[in-house]
Amino acid sequence: MTSMTHDSAEHHHHPFLQHHFEDLGQQHEASTLGMWMFLCTEILFFGGVLCAYWIYRVMYPEAWAEAAHQQNTMYGGINTIVLIVSSLTMALAVRAAQVGSRIWQLIMLFATLVFGSTFLLIKGMEYSMHWHEGLFPGTHFTWHEVPALAPKVQLFMCFYWGMTGLHALHMIIGAGLLLWIMFRAWRNDFGPEYYGPVEVMGLYWHFVDIVWIFLFPFLYLIHGVHHG
Amino acid sequence: MADHEQHSLEHAPHHHVTPLPVYFGVFFALAVGTLLTWYASTIDLGIWNTPIALGIAGIKAVLVILFFMHVLHSTRLTWVVVIASFLWLGVLFVLTFADYLTRGWLMK
Repeated sequence: MTSMTHDSAEHHHHPFLQHHFEDLGQQHEASTLGMWMFLCTEILFFGGVLCAYWIYRVMYPEAWAEAAHQQNTMYGGINTIVLIVSSLTMALAVRAAQVGSRIWQLIMLFATLVFGSTFLLIKGMEYSMHWHEGLFPGTHFTWHEVPALAPKVQLFMCFYWGMTGLHALHMIIGAGLLLWIMFRAWRNDFGPEYYGPVEVMGLYWHFVDIVWIFLFPFLYLIHGVHHG
Repeated sequence: MADHEQHSLEHAPHHHVTPLPVYFGVFFALAVGTLLTWYASTIDLGIWNTPIALGIAGIKAVLVILFFMHVLHSTRLTWVVVIASFLWLGVLFVLTFADYLTRGWLMK
């Protein structure tokens, strides 16, 4: 529409091909590359927090092992599996878009949303448990098993709530994005020629899964000498 | 050049469609990795507990990136961005730890 005098304005184009791209292939590559650029900043964003976590883990290994022992490994493990299943359904949703199946896109996107919500529900149950156990950092923090380690265990819990909270925030944003992509899939926007938004949605979702792949062993599974 | 590419890109599905068994295989590997990392944490392996947990998480992440995130069949430019991301993460960790892990040396 910007090039009214230009001949190409008369050509038939795919409705979702933006005018500043040569073709759908270039548009697809640009959007996935742009998403990876964003994920690069996300890797370094979570990386900074992880780096701080590791500094204190190296400084206070006993406290870290004690604190991880407070976590419910069963909940964390089930959530890891739930998230991996959601990643599988997300990957299958992208594939459904690639092969042009609207119904399978909708089924798989909905399944991803259900598993993502299940993760948040289980996470919420854990948060509630920790809150009532007095494991939220602050004036009401109560953990007396090894008094000398208590301040360091509280520091671990700062990392626990901070890191899992940032991760959960990403999940909530992801769930919102999923609703939007589901609406577009329902509208039948996507097919073998154009499925960039589903692909980019997948990149985001899998990245959030990868963050949890690291958070699970870092926050739940630290081997050490346990008291009591 | 542009005309030639445009033609091939617009009229043929040029994207790699990963076969279903690959997706299920990767999922299976991720599930096994999760069980393995849990099991490894329950046994005393001395100094090896942490490297093993990190190693399993790293392998799981690489599987997700290569197959679920389609980097295996992405352009070279995508590879550069992905590898650069982790290179910068490495710089962040190495330089920070070069400071913190060596501070004790001065006390001696």
